[in-house]
Amino acid sequence: MFEFLDKFMPGILESLLPRASSYAVQIDVLFDVITILVGFWFFLVLGYFFYLIFRYRQRDGHKAEYISGETHKQKQAIEIPHYLILVCDVAIIIPTFLVWFNIKIDVPPPDEEVRIVAQQWAWTFYHAGEDKVLGTEDDIVSVNELHIKNNTQYSYHLESKDVMHNFSVPVFRLKQDAIPGRVISGHFKPILEGEWDIQCAEMCGVAHGIMGARIFIKSEAEHNAWLAANTPATSDTGTLAIVNQNRSQEKKDRNNG
Amino acid sequence: MAEVVHVEVGHGEHHDDHHELSFWSKYIFSTDHKIIGFQYMFTGMAMALIGGYFAYVFRMQLAFPGSSIPFWGTLSPAAYNSLVTNHGTIMIFWVAMPVLIAAMGNFLIPLMIGCDDMVFPKINRLSYQIFLLSAIVLLASFFVPGGAFGGAWTSYAPLSAKAQYNSTPFGAPLWLIAVTLEIVAFLLGGINFITTTMNARAKGMKIYDIPMIVWMIVIASILFMCSVGPLVAGAVMLLFDQTLGTAFFDANAGGDPVLWQHLFWFFGHPEVYVVLLPAMGIVAEVTCTFARKKLFSYKLILYSSIGLGILSFFVWAHHQFISGVDPRATYLFTTTTLLISIPVAIMLFAFVATLYGGSIRFTTAMLFALAFTGEFLLGGVTGIWLGSSGTDIYLHDTYFVLAHFHYTFVPIAIIATFAAIYYWFPKMFGRKMNESWGKIHFWGTIIGFNGIFIPLFILGAGGQHRRIYNFQNYPDLAGADMQDMRVFATMSLIVMLVSQIPFLINFIVSIKRGEKAGKNPWKANTLEWVAPSPPPHGNFGPVLPEVYRGPYEYSVDGREKDYWPQNEKPEPEAS
Repeated sequence: MFEFLDKFMPGILESLLPRASSYAVQIDVLFDVITILVGFWFFLVLGYFFYLIFRYRQRDGHKAEYISGETHKQKQAIEIPHYLILVCDVAIIIPTFLVWFNIKIDVPPPDEEVRIVAQQWAWTFYHAGEDKVLGTEDDIVSVNELHIKNNTQYSYHLESKDVMHNFSVPVFRLKQDAIPGRVISGHFKPILEGEWDIQCAEMCGVAHGIMGARIFIKSEAEHNAWLAANTPATSDTGTLAIVNQNRSQEKKDRNNG
Repeated sequence: MAEVVHVEVGHGEHHDDHHELSFWSKYIFSTDHKIIGFQYMFTGMAMALIGGYFAYVFRMQLAFPGSSIPFWGTLSPAAYNSLVTNHGTIMIFWVAMPVLIAAMGNFLIPLMIGCDDMVFPKINRLSYQIFLLSAIVLLASFFVPGGAFGGAWTSYAPLSAKAQYNSTPFGAPLWLIAVTLEIVAFLLGGINFITTTMNARAKGMKIYDIPMIVWMIVIASILFMCSVGPLVAGAVMLLFDQTLGTAFFDANAGGDPVLWQHLFWFFGHPEVYVVLLPAMGIVAEVTCTFARKKLFSYKLILYSSIGLGILSFFVWAHHQFISGVDPRATYLFTTTTLLISIPVAIMLFAFVATLYGGSIRFTTAMLFALAFTGEFLLGGVTGIWLGSSGTDIYLHDTYFVLAHFHYTFVPIAIIATFAAIYYWFPKMFGRKMNESWGKIHFWGTIIGFNGIFIPLFILGAGGQHRRIYNFQNYPDLAGADMQDMRVFATMSLIVMLVSQIPFLINFIVSIKRGEKAGKNPWKANTLEWVAPSPPPHGNFGPVLPEVYRGPYEYSVDGREKDYWPQNEKPEPEAS
């Protein structure tokens, strides 16, 4: 349904950044639907507002009218638009519920899984490896680099070691808080090959501003080549190196500041 | 009666024959509601300058990353976070709250309901003193080891709970103590506003004769009192986590970090309406006076604001759609959030409808009031993208959110406040502000304001996330076109800030040299215009005014004058 509606929409978000996940189109269409409904009301009211300001400016020989706004007929001037707004609200709530259900509640069975661990100030990604099971010896651990295969349904399990972080991939239209003490699962299915930003979108301390990572979406062949080139589960020291580097950078900033 | 009006350090003063008070008891430890209102107003204005300066520093960093910033120097990431955090904190708790509620409430309520002072003048004085202490504690946090708190104005646990995470062992507790003290101050003030309005109204002033701004401040105070309890409890728990080693928000020891978010936003969202309602009240007063019109549907506005207040308690989790609450909960909160558009729309429509058939005078105060309606409209409608949980998955914590709430808060805390200052300045100091300079100030402020935040909407929709020290670290956000928009926003901020210089000069000069205003320079109806300008201690002299009609009887048919003051005795029927 959203793919169909998309043909008639202005595509505002897509003009700003590409869609790289299967559900990005739903959020983009919802954004456009809201833009059209709300934009209509906004410009209508603003236009009428400016018209009134111009029409009823102070002029010689013109006296203001006495209108209380308490009679039934006068109140309709507000009541009718307000029922129309209620209709628009419903028209927004229904697709909102659909999008939310599709993305957050109706979780498809995954082909692949990744474990994502956030900490001050680095991302660690555990790729399941050949056996497609997390927590086994052939897991591939990488820091600040997430490698995934195009057109594959992924399930992610998000954790935090210390404070709140937020796993945000703008091209996926995806954000999810990482909360210490919880494992939060979600899903995505990449549909576009390329390399994009991963952000931490929740304030997480001094070096929050540099807690970025990159996502690499590759074809199956390229992805398998990457899998083969990386020997399993030895790069955890890499995490420590990056964390230490960030911490010493923070100290330097502090001394400078 | 011979009046000697003389002015000192920005305070209007009136010598009463029977009172000779020292400078200290008159201005510093005064229990006069007007002086306390001024104290709040000047403290709020000073804090606004500090908050504006912070905005200038971090926007310069974003536009020209890493370069040396004039009047600051090089900005470190830790200092950047502190400035962002305290900009938000100051603008909400130390500018919007004191100026809109405390200053306007204190100055206006007794004057507009026709009594001589607040019913609890000493509680009133205590309220300001605690408020001042809270401001000093907050500012002091910039000078302690480790610097001021930098964990965002929402202060999410566990970042805020442990010094090992936030690196501000003293800044974080001081921030919390300052916020808690500020809340105590406003609870004391709120008791006064509600009690005074309910018990001390002039003879004849019925419940629907109360001016809208007084109603709005009362409803805002009630909202504040009902919502702030959980935040105070949360703040104490967080303070214990920071200093005593408790673990209310520590998941490793059985606490829950998301609990803080619930406690914070249960207060945080009604808080938006706590500051919105007085701003709406100001706009109602100013619009009616300068459109020479009766307020369109007084009762509908009043009931809408009460409905808005009630509804605002059921929307808080729309700040937490993606923060690990159960996904099913968002159905409820999306619905309530979108429903809140209805009372807000009714109020805005009523303001627009008030213009219909009017005779609009474009004074500076009226321009600011009209600008509020127009700008807040954009702030209000952009909330719908965010209240819809589906789009919020993407827009959460982007600059779209930031631009949205600045489009609500700047009209509230800056634009409506200026409308109020230009409108009531003659009553405060007995003189008018200069209109030409006022209009320069107006256009600079409005153009600058829109220039800042319209680019930020686009950047936010393009995926730019918040509280980032340097976007050049993100390849997707480092493009030249995005950087140009950041530079444009920063330049607009400088335009907006520079435009405040004519205001400040106009304000200070007009206190002494402005054109003298009589009792009622705007030909308005409400009771404050019955008192002398500026009103003496005790406001109305020995005889308090009596009220015969509602506050907005402008342009009544069959009357020669286009206004009809509330206290004017009806002419005896000619029959």
